[in-house]
Amino acid sequence: MSKIKPSKGAPYARILGVGGYRPTRVVPNEVILETIDSSDEWIRSRSGIETRHWAGPEETVAAMSVEAAGKAIADAGISAEQVGAVVVSTVSHFSQTPAVATEIADKLGTDKAAAFDISAGCAGFGYGLTLAKGMVVEGSAEYVLVIGVERLSDLTDLEDRATAFLFGDGAGAVVVGPSKEPAIGPTVWGSEGDKSETIKQTIPWDRFHFGDRSGLPVDSQGNIKFPAITQEGQAVFRWAVFEMAKVAQQALDAAGISADDLDVFIPHQANVRIIDSMVKTLKLPEHVTVARDIRTTGNTSAASIPLAMERLLATGEAKSGDTALVIGFGAGLVYAATVVTLP
Amino acid sequence: MAATQEEIVEGLAEIVNEIAGIPVEDVQLDKSFTDDLDVDSLSMVEVVVAAEERFDVKIPDEDVKNLKTVGDATDYILKHQA
Ligand SMILES: CC(C)(COP(=O)(O)OP(=O)(O)OC[C@H]1O[C@@H](n2cnc3c(N)ncnc32)[C@H](O)[C@@H]1OP(=O)(O)O)[C@@H](O)C(=O)NCCC(=O)NCCS
Repeated sequence: MSKIKPSKGAPYARILGVGGYRPTRVVPNEVILETIDSSDEWIRSRSGIETRHWAGPEETVAAMSVEAAGKAIADAGISAEQVGAVVVSTVSHFSQTPAVATEIADKLGTDKAAAFDISAGCAGFGYGLTLAKGMVVEGSAEYVLVIGVERLSDLTDLEDRATAFLFGDGAGAVVVGPSKEPAIGPTVWGSEGDKSETIKQTIPWDRFHFGDRSGLPVDSQGNIKFPAITQEGQAVFRWAVFEMAKVAQQALDAAGISADDLDVFIPHQANVRIIDSMVKTLKLPEHVTVARDIRTTGNTSAASIPLAMERLLATGEAKSGDTALVIGFGAGLVYAATVVTLP
Repeated sequence: MAATQEEIVEGLAEIVNEIAGIPVEDVQLDKSFTDDLDVDSLSMVEVVVAAEERFDVKIPDEDVKNLKTVGDATDYILKHQA
Protein backbone atom coordinates (compact mmCIF):
# COMPACT_ATOMS: atom_id res chain seq x y z
CA MET A 1 0.00 0.00 0.00
CA SER A 2 1.39 3.43 -0.92
CA LYS A 3 1.73 6.03 1.75
CA ILE A 4 -0.55 9.07 1.35
CA LYS A 5 0.87 12.39 2.47
CA PRO A 6 -1.54 14.04 4.93
CA SER A 7 -2.62 17.66 4.62
CA LYS A 8 -1.18 20.12 7.07
CA GLY A 9 -3.47 22.52 8.86
CA ALA A 10 -3.22 25.16 11.55
CA PRO A 11 -3.15 24.18 15.23
CA TYR A 12 -6.42 26.04 15.84
CA ALA A 13 -8.90 28.31 14.08
CA ARG A 14 -10.41 31.70 14.90
CA ILE A 15 -12.81 34.27 13.51
CA LEU A 16 -10.57 36.96 12.01
CA GLY A 17 -13.12 39.39 10.65
CA VAL A 18 -16.85 40.03 10.40
CA GLY A 19 -19.04 42.04 8.03
CA GLY A 20 -22.73 42.66 7.47
CA TYR A 21 -25.15 44.02 4.91
CA ARG A 22 -28.63 45.31 5.74
CA PRO A 23 -30.94 46.25 2.86
CA THR A 24 -31.62 49.98 2.52
CA ARG A 25 -35.41 49.70 2.91
CA VAL A 26 -36.45 49.86 6.57
CA VAL A 27 -39.91 48.46 7.20
CA PRO A 28 -41.71 49.57 10.38
CA ASN A 29 -44.52 47.60 12.03
CA GLU A 30 -47.09 49.96 10.49
CA VAL A 31 -46.44 48.38 7.08
CA ILE A 32 -47.09 44.91 8.50
CA LEU A 33 -50.40 46.13 9.93
CA GLU A 34 -51.63 46.82 6.38
CA THR A 35 -51.99 43.06 5.76
CA ILE A 36 -52.66 41.48 9.18
CA ASP A 37 -54.97 42.26 12.07
CA SER A 38 -52.44 43.12 14.79
CA SER A 39 -50.91 46.10 16.57
CA ASP A 40 -47.50 47.69 16.97
CA GLU A 41 -47.79 47.02 20.71
CA TRP A 42 -48.52 43.29 20.20
CA ILE A 43 -45.64 42.83 17.77
CA ARG A 44 -43.20 44.63 20.07
CA SER A 45 -44.28 42.83 23.21
CA ARG A 46 -44.42 39.32 21.67
CA SER A 47 -41.30 39.53 19.52
CA GLY A 48 -39.35 42.68 20.34
CA ILE A 49 -39.41 43.71 16.67
CA GLU A 50 -39.81 47.41 15.82
CA THR A 51 -38.43 47.49 12.29
CA ARG A 52 -36.84 45.08 9.83
CA HIS A 53 -35.07 45.47 6.48
CA TRP A 54 -36.55 44.13 3.25
CA ALA A 55 -34.38 43.73 0.19
CA GLY A 56 -35.12 45.47 -3.11
CA PRO A 57 -34.71 43.88 -6.55
CA GLU A 58 -30.99 44.79 -6.75
CA GLU A 59 -30.26 43.43 -3.29
CA THR A 60 -30.04 39.80 -4.38
CA VAL A 61 -28.75 36.97 -2.21
CA ALA A 62 -25.45 37.16 -4.12
CA ALA A 63 -25.19 40.97 -4.04
CA MET A 64 -25.84 41.20 -0.28
CA SER A 65 -23.36 38.40 0.34
CA VAL A 66 -20.62 40.08 -1.69
CA GLU A 67 -21.10 43.29 0.32
CA ALA A 68 -20.99 41.54 3.69
CA ALA A 69 -18.12 39.23 2.73
CA GLY A 70 -16.07 42.10 1.30
CA LYS A 71 -16.29 43.85 4.66
CA ALA A 72 -15.37 40.66 6.53
CA ILE A 73 -12.31 40.14 4.30
CA ALA A 74 -11.19 43.74 4.87
CA ASP A 75 -11.81 43.39 8.61
CA ALA A 76 -9.67 40.23 8.66
CA GLY A 77 -6.85 42.08 6.92
CA ILE A 78 -6.46 39.50 4.16
CA SER A 79 -7.03 39.67 0.42
CA ALA A 80 -9.77 37.86 -1.49
CA GLU A 81 -7.18 35.64 -3.28
CA GLN A 82 -6.23 34.16 0.08
CA VAL A 83 -9.74 32.78 0.65
CA GLY A 84 -9.63 29.02 0.10
CA ALA A 85 -13.31 28.19 0.56
CA VAL A 86 -16.68 29.95 0.61
CA VAL A 87 -19.52 28.36 2.58
CA VAL A 88 -22.94 29.98 2.15
CA SER A 89 -25.91 29.13 4.34
CA THR A 90 -29.27 30.17 2.91
CA VAL A 91 -32.82 28.90 2.44
CA SER A 92 -33.95 31.78 0.22
CA HIS A 93 -31.80 31.54 -2.92
CA PHE A 94 -34.29 30.45 -5.54
CA SER A 95 -31.90 29.14 -8.16
CA GLN A 96 -30.87 25.79 -6.77
CA THR A 97 -28.23 25.08 -9.38
CA PRO A 98 -25.49 26.18 -9.34
CA ALA A 99 -24.75 26.99 -5.71
CA VAL A 100 -24.80 30.76 -5.14
CA ALA A 101 -21.47 30.41 -3.30
CA THR A 102 -19.66 30.01 -6.63
CA GLU A 103 -20.94 33.34 -7.96
CA ILE A 104 -20.03 35.04 -4.67
CA ALA A 105 -16.53 33.53 -4.70
CA ASP A 106 -16.04 34.82 -8.25
CA LYS A 107 -17.44 38.32 -7.64
CA LEU A 108 -15.22 38.71 -4.58
CA GLY A 109 -12.15 37.93 -6.68
CA THR A 110 -11.07 34.75 -4.96
CA ASP A 111 -8.60 32.50 -6.74
CA LYS A 112 -10.96 29.62 -7.63
CA ALA A 113 -11.92 29.11 -3.98
CA ALA A 114 -13.94 25.97 -3.22
CA ALA A 115 -17.54 27.15 -2.89
CA PHE A 116 -20.80 25.52 -1.86
CA ASP A 117 -24.16 26.19 -0.19
CA ILE A 118 -25.56 24.53 2.90
CA SER A 119 -29.13 24.32 4.15
CA ALA A 120 -29.35 24.41 7.94
CA GLY A 121 -31.99 27.08 8.53
CA CYS A 122 -31.40 29.37 11.46
CA ALA A 123 -28.53 27.16 12.66
CA GLY A 124 -26.72 27.72 9.36
CA PHE A 125 -24.09 30.07 10.74
CA GLY A 126 -23.00 27.60 13.43
CA TYR A 127 -22.98 24.75 10.92
CA GLY A 128 -20.86 26.79 8.51
CA LEU A 129 -18.51 27.92 11.27
CA THR A 130 -17.99 24.31 12.32
CA LEU A 131 -17.14 23.27 8.75
CA ALA A 132 -14.80 26.24 8.41
CA LYS A 133 -12.96 25.43 11.61
CA GLY A 134 -12.52 21.86 10.40
CA MET A 135 -11.11 22.99 7.06
CA VAL A 136 -8.61 25.39 8.64
CA VAL A 137 -7.38 22.86 11.19
CA GLU A 138 -7.32 20.00 8.70
CA GLY A 139 -5.55 22.14 6.11
CA SER A 140 -7.85 22.11 3.08
CA ALA A 141 -8.16 25.92 3.26
CA GLU A 142 -6.14 28.54 5.12
CA TYR A 143 -8.96 31.09 5.16
CA VAL A 144 -12.65 30.26 4.88
CA LEU A 145 -15.53 32.65 4.33
CA VAL A 146 -18.74 31.71 6.13
CA ILE A 147 -21.77 33.64 4.91
CA GLY A 148 -25.32 33.58 6.26
CA VAL A 149 -27.71 35.30 3.86
CA GLU A 150 -31.49 35.46 3.51
CA ARG A 151 -34.24 37.24 1.62
CA LEU A 152 -36.95 35.86 3.88
CA SER A 153 -39.35 38.59 2.72
CA ASP A 154 -39.68 36.48 -0.46
CA LEU A 155 -40.84 33.53 1.65
CA THR A 156 -43.19 35.46 3.93
CA ASP A 157 -46.98 35.25 3.68
CA LEU A 158 -47.92 38.81 4.59
CA GLU A 159 -51.45 37.64 5.43
CA ASP A 160 -50.23 35.10 8.02
CA ARG A 161 -50.56 36.59 11.51
CA ALA A 162 -48.05 34.14 12.95
CA THR A 163 -45.14 35.10 10.69
CA ALA A 164 -45.83 38.32 8.72
CA PHE A 165 -44.05 40.52 11.29
CA LEU A 166 -41.19 38.16 12.01
CA PHE A 167 -38.81 37.93 9.11
CA GLY A 168 -36.20 40.23 7.64
CA ASP A 169 -33.48 40.21 4.98
CA GLY A 170 -29.72 40.65 5.14
CA ALA A 171 -26.30 39.05 4.98
CA GLY A 172 -23.61 38.45 7.59
CA ALA A 173 -20.15 37.01 6.99
CA VAL A 174 -17.03 36.00 8.87
CA VAL A 175 -13.54 34.98 7.81
CA VAL A 176 -12.18 31.98 9.70
CA GLY A 177 -8.42 31.44 9.64
CA PRO A 178 -5.44 29.99 11.52
CA SER A 179 -4.79 30.65 15.20
CA LYS A 180 -2.07 29.77 17.69
CA GLU A 181 -4.63 29.57 20.50
CA PRO A 182 -8.03 27.86 20.59
CA ALA A 183 -10.59 30.55 19.67
CA ILE A 184 -13.58 28.49 18.52
CA GLY A 185 -14.81 25.96 21.08
CA PRO A 186 -16.35 22.54 20.53
CA THR A 187 -19.67 22.72 18.68
CA VAL A 188 -22.74 21.24 20.34
CA TRP A 189 -25.06 20.56 17.43
CA GLY A 190 -27.76 18.25 16.23
CA SER A 191 -31.11 17.78 14.57
CA GLU A 192 -34.58 16.74 15.68
CA GLY A 193 -36.30 15.66 12.48
CA ASP A 194 -39.29 14.38 14.43
CA LYS A 195 -40.19 18.08 14.77
CA SER A 196 -39.76 18.88 11.07
CA GLU A 197 -43.40 19.94 10.79
CA THR A 198 -43.06 22.81 13.27
CA ILE A 199 -41.24 25.15 10.83
CA LYS A 200 -41.55 24.45 7.14
CA GLN A 201 -42.33 25.67 3.66
CA THR A 202 -46.10 25.72 3.04
CA ILE A 203 -45.92 23.95 -0.34
CA PRO A 204 -42.94 22.17 -1.93
CA TRP A 205 -41.81 23.77 -5.23
CA ASP A 206 -42.76 20.74 -7.33
CA ARG A 207 -46.33 20.70 -6.05
CA PHE A 208 -46.60 24.50 -6.49
CA HIS A 209 -45.53 24.26 -10.12
CA PHE A 210 -46.79 20.98 -11.52
CA GLY A 211 -48.45 18.90 -8.85
CA ASP A 212 -52.10 18.64 -7.88
CA ARG A 213 -52.95 22.26 -7.12
CA SER A 214 -56.35 21.59 -5.62
CA GLY A 215 -56.69 22.58 -2.00
CA LEU A 216 -53.65 24.84 -2.01
CA PRO A 217 -53.97 28.05 0.05
CA VAL A 218 -55.16 31.10 -1.92
CA ASP A 219 -54.73 34.81 -1.24
CA SER A 220 -57.50 37.41 -0.97
CA GLN A 221 -57.56 37.66 -4.80
CA GLY A 222 -58.05 33.90 -5.18
CA ASN A 223 -54.53 33.25 -6.53
CA ILE A 224 -52.58 30.30 -5.18
CA LYS A 225 -50.17 31.67 -2.62
CA PHE A 226 -46.45 31.57 -3.30
CA PRO A 227 -44.70 29.11 -0.96
CA ALA A 228 -43.85 30.67 2.39
CA ILE A 229 -42.42 29.67 5.75
CA THR A 230 -45.03 28.63 8.31
CA GLN A 231 -44.52 27.62 11.90
CA GLU A 232 -46.26 26.34 14.97
CA GLY A 233 -45.23 29.32 17.07
CA GLN A 234 -45.99 27.95 20.51
CA ALA A 235 -44.31 24.61 19.86
CA VAL A 236 -41.19 26.31 18.52
CA PHE A 237 -41.16 28.79 21.39
CA ARG A 238 -41.41 25.98 23.93
CA TRP A 239 -38.61 24.02 22.28
CA ALA A 240 -36.40 27.09 22.06
CA VAL A 241 -36.75 28.25 25.67
CA PHE A 242 -36.60 24.76 27.15
CA GLU A 243 -34.21 22.75 25.00
CA MET A 244 -31.94 25.46 23.58
CA ALA A 245 -30.98 26.85 26.96
CA LYS A 246 -29.67 23.35 27.73
CA VAL A 247 -27.71 23.23 24.47
CA ALA A 248 -26.23 26.66 25.21
CA GLN A 249 -25.16 25.44 28.65
CA GLN A 250 -23.59 22.34 27.08
CA ALA A 251 -21.57 24.54 24.72
CA LEU A 252 -20.28 26.57 27.67
CA ASP A 253 -19.38 23.38 29.54
CA ALA A 254 -17.68 21.87 26.48
CA ALA A 255 -15.53 25.00 26.13
CA GLY A 256 -14.73 25.01 29.86
CA ILE A 257 -16.26 28.48 30.21
CA SER A 258 -18.56 29.53 33.06
CA ALA A 259 -21.29 32.14 32.72
CA ASP A 260 -19.03 34.46 34.75
CA ASP A 261 -16.21 34.12 32.21
CA LEU A 262 -18.49 35.16 29.38
CA ASP A 263 -18.48 38.67 27.90
CA VAL A 264 -21.10 38.42 25.16
CA PHE A 265 -24.15 36.28 24.33
CA ILE A 266 -25.22 36.19 20.68
CA PRO A 267 -28.20 33.87 20.24
CA HIS A 268 -30.06 33.52 16.95
CA GLN A 269 -32.36 36.54 16.73
CA ALA A 270 -35.70 34.70 16.56
CA ASN A 271 -37.69 36.47 19.24
CA VAL A 272 -36.57 38.79 22.05
CA ARG A 273 -38.72 36.75 24.43
CA ILE A 274 -36.68 33.61 23.65
CA ILE A 275 -33.48 35.61 24.20
CA ASP A 276 -34.70 37.00 27.57
CA SER A 277 -35.79 33.55 28.72
CA MET A 278 -32.42 32.02 27.82
CA VAL A 279 -30.56 34.76 29.66
CA LYS A 280 -32.61 33.92 32.74
CA THR A 281 -32.23 30.15 32.48
CA LEU A 282 -28.48 30.40 31.86
CA LYS A 283 -28.22 32.83 34.81
CA LEU A 284 -26.00 35.15 32.77
CA PRO A 285 -24.52 37.84 35.02
CA GLU A 286 -25.22 41.56 34.44
CA HIS A 287 -21.84 42.18 32.81
CA VAL A 288 -22.63 39.91 29.85
CA THR A 289 -23.61 41.92 26.76
CA VAL A 290 -26.67 40.35 25.12
CA ALA A 291 -27.40 40.82 21.40
CA ARG A 292 -30.94 42.09 20.81
CA ASP A 293 -30.44 43.09 17.20
CA ILE A 294 -33.85 41.56 16.42
CA ARG A 295 -35.48 44.88 17.38
CA THR A 296 -34.34 46.58 14.20
CA THR A 297 -33.44 43.59 12.03
CA GLY A 298 -36.19 41.01 12.59
CA ASN A 299 -35.41 37.32 12.20
CA THR A 300 -32.89 36.91 9.38
CA SER A 301 -32.29 33.19 9.94
CA ALA A 302 -28.71 32.19 9.01
CA ALA A 303 -27.64 35.85 8.81
CA SER A 304 -28.76 36.84 12.29
CA ILE A 305 -25.72 35.86 14.36
CA PRO A 306 -23.00 37.43 12.19
CA LEU A 307 -25.19 40.54 11.69
CA ALA A 308 -25.64 40.89 15.45
CA MET A 309 -21.94 40.25 16.02
CA GLU A 310 -20.97 42.93 13.54
CA ARG A 311 -23.31 45.46 15.12
CA LEU A 312 -22.14 44.83 18.70
CA LEU A 313 -18.52 45.32 17.61
CA ALA A 314 -19.37 48.42 15.55
CA THR A 315 -21.21 50.11 18.42
CA GLY A 316 -18.52 49.21 20.93
CA GLU A 317 -20.90 47.14 23.07
CA ALA A 318 -18.54 44.23 22.44
CA LYS A 319 -14.84 44.36 21.70
CA SER A 320 -12.24 42.32 19.91
CA GLY A 321 -10.99 39.47 22.11
CA ASP A 322 -14.24 39.15 24.04
CA THR A 323 -15.52 35.64 24.74
CA ALA A 324 -18.93 35.08 23.15
CA LEU A 325 -21.45 32.27 23.30
CA VAL A 326 -23.29 31.83 19.98
CA ILE A 327 -26.28 29.58 19.41
CA GLY A 328 -28.44 29.10 16.33
CA PHE A 329 -31.64 27.06 16.12
CA GLY A 330 -34.53 26.69 13.73
CA ALA A 331 -36.20 24.76 10.92
CA GLY A 332 -35.29 21.08 10.93
CA LEU A 333 -35.37 21.37 13.77
CA VAL A 334 -31.61 21.93 13.94
CA TYR A 335 -29.26 23.67 16.33
CA ALA A 336 -25.59 24.56 16.81
CA ALA A 337 -23.87 26.31 19.71
CA THR A 338 -20.26 27.17 20.45
CA VAL A 339 -18.05 29.63 22.28
CA VAL A 340 -15.83 31.95 20.21
CA THR A 341 -13.31 34.71 20.68
CA LEU A 342 -14.63 37.80 18.88
CA PRO A 343 -12.51 39.20 16.03
CA MET B 1 -44.96 11.66 45.74
CA ALA B 2 -47.97 13.42 44.24
CA ALA B 3 -48.38 17.07 45.21
CA THR B 4 -51.53 18.29 47.01
CA GLN B 5 -53.69 21.10 45.69
CA GLU B 6 -52.14 23.46 48.19
CA GLU B 7 -48.61 22.52 47.15
CA ILE B 8 -49.45 22.97 43.50
CA VAL B 9 -50.87 26.47 44.00
CA GLU B 10 -47.82 27.36 46.05
CA GLY B 11 -45.52 26.04 43.33
CA LEU B 12 -47.41 27.84 40.57
CA ALA B 13 -47.23 31.04 42.60
CA GLU B 14 -43.45 30.76 42.78
CA ILE B 15 -43.23 30.05 39.06
CA VAL B 16 -45.48 32.97 38.11
CA ASN B 17 -43.52 35.22 40.45
CA GLU B 18 -40.26 34.15 38.79
CA ILE B 19 -41.56 34.62 35.23
CA ALA B 20 -43.94 37.58 35.46
CA GLY B 21 -42.83 39.23 38.72
CA ILE B 22 -46.30 38.95 40.28
CA PRO B 23 -46.31 38.73 44.14
CA VAL B 24 -46.89 35.11 45.24
CA GLU B 25 -49.88 36.04 47.40
CA ASP B 26 -51.74 37.31 44.31
CA VAL B 27 -51.67 33.88 42.69
CA GLN B 28 -55.04 32.39 43.76
CA LEU B 29 -57.21 29.63 42.30
CA ASP B 30 -59.72 32.01 40.72
CA LYS B 31 -57.11 34.26 39.06
CA SER B 32 -56.85 34.30 35.28
CA PHE B 33 -53.26 34.06 34.02
CA THR B 34 -53.72 36.61 31.24
CA ASP B 35 -56.28 38.98 32.73
CA ASP B 36 -55.15 39.10 36.38
CA LEU B 37 -51.55 37.95 36.47
CA ASP B 38 -49.92 39.62 33.45
CA VAL B 39 -48.96 36.23 31.99
CA ASP B 40 -49.31 36.51 28.19
CA SER B 41 -49.42 33.55 25.78
CA LEU B 42 -45.63 33.26 25.63
CA SER B 43 -45.07 33.66 29.39
CA MET B 44 -47.72 30.95 29.75
CA VAL B 45 -45.50 28.58 27.76
CA GLU B 46 -42.68 29.35 30.19
CA VAL B 47 -45.01 28.74 33.16
CA VAL B 48 -46.04 25.41 31.66
CA VAL B 49 -42.47 24.32 31.01
CA ALA B 50 -41.52 25.16 34.60
CA ALA B 51 -44.62 23.40 35.97
CA GLU B 52 -43.85 20.27 33.95
CA GLU B 53 -40.41 20.06 35.54
CA ARG B 54 -41.61 20.79 39.02
CA PHE B 55 -44.66 18.53 39.14
CA ASP B 56 -43.54 15.79 36.76
CA VAL B 57 -46.46 16.20 34.35
CA LYS B 58 -46.69 16.52 30.57
CA ILE B 59 -48.84 19.44 29.41
CA PRO B 60 -49.08 19.31 25.60
CA ASP B 61 -49.49 22.54 23.58
CA GLU B 62 -53.09 21.75 22.68
CA ASP B 63 -54.04 21.58 26.37
CA VAL B 64 -52.27 24.80 27.32
CA LYS B 65 -54.98 27.04 25.87
CA ASN B 66 -57.59 25.45 28.15
CA LEU B 67 -55.68 26.47 31.25
CA LYS B 68 -57.20 29.93 31.76
CA THR B 69 -57.02 30.20 35.54
CA VAL B 70 -54.69 29.05 38.27
CA GLY B 71 -57.50 26.67 39.27
CA ASP B 72 -57.59 25.13 35.76
CA ALA B 73 -53.85 24.52 35.89
CA THR B 74 -54.02 23.12 39.42
CA ASP B 75 -56.79 20.66 38.48
CA TYR B 76 -54.89 19.62 35.36
CA ILE B 77 -51.72 18.92 37.34
CA LEU B 78 -53.63 17.08 40.10
CA LYS B 79 -55.20 14.81 37.49
CA HIS B 80 -52.13 14.19 35.36
CA GLN B 81 -49.16 14.13 37.72
CA ALA B 82 -47.13 10.93 37.68
C1 LIG C 1 -44.94 33.86 16.64
C2 LIG C 1 -45.23 34.13 18.10
C3 LIG C 1 -44.72 35.52 18.49
C4 LIG C 1 -46.74 34.07 18.32
O1 LIG C 1 -47.07 34.23 19.65
P1 LIG C 1 -48.10 33.21 20.36
O2 LIG C 1 -48.29 33.67 21.71
O3 LIG C 1 -47.58 31.84 20.16
O4 LIG C 1 -49.39 33.44 19.47
P2 LIG C 1 -50.71 32.59 19.45
O5 LIG C 1 -50.94 32.20 18.05
O6 LIG C 1 -50.71 31.52 20.48
O7 LIG C 1 -51.78 33.65 19.84
C5 LIG C 1 -51.89 34.21 21.14
C6 LIG C 1 -52.90 35.32 21.09
O8 LIG C 1 -52.40 36.41 20.28
C7 LIG C 1 -53.25 36.62 19.15
N1 LIG C 1 -52.41 36.85 17.99
C8 LIG C 1 -51.75 35.94 17.23
N2 LIG C 1 -51.05 36.55 16.28
C9 LIG C 1 -51.25 37.86 16.43
C10 LIG C 1 -50.79 39.00 15.75
N3 LIG C 1 -49.95 38.93 14.72
N4 LIG C 1 -51.20 40.21 16.20
C11 LIG C 1 -52.04 40.34 17.24
N5 LIG C 1 -52.50 39.27 17.94
C12 LIG C 1 -52.11 38.06 17.53
C13 LIG C 1 -54.06 35.37 19.01
O9 LIG C 1 -55.28 35.63 18.39
C14 LIG C 1 -54.21 34.93 20.44
O10 LIG C 1 -55.22 35.71 21.05
P3 LIG C 1 -56.28 35.07 22.08
O11 LIG C 1 -55.46 34.50 23.19
O12 LIG C 1 -57.11 36.20 22.46
O13 LIG C 1 -56.98 34.02 21.27
C15 LIG C 1 -44.52 33.11 18.98
O14 LIG C 1 -45.19 31.89 18.95
C16 LIG C 1 -43.07 32.89 18.62
O15 LIG C 1 -42.30 33.80 18.43
N6 LIG C 1 -42.63 31.62 18.56
C17 LIG C 1 -41.31 31.29 18.23
C18 LIG C 1 -41.16 31.32 16.76
C19 LIG C 1 -39.76 31.45 16.29
O16 LIG C 1 -38.93 31.99 16.93
N7 LIG C 1 -39.53 30.92 15.10
C20 LIG C 1 -38.33 31.00 14.41
C21 LIG C 1 -37.35 30.06 14.96
S1 LIG C 1 -35.99 30.07 13.89
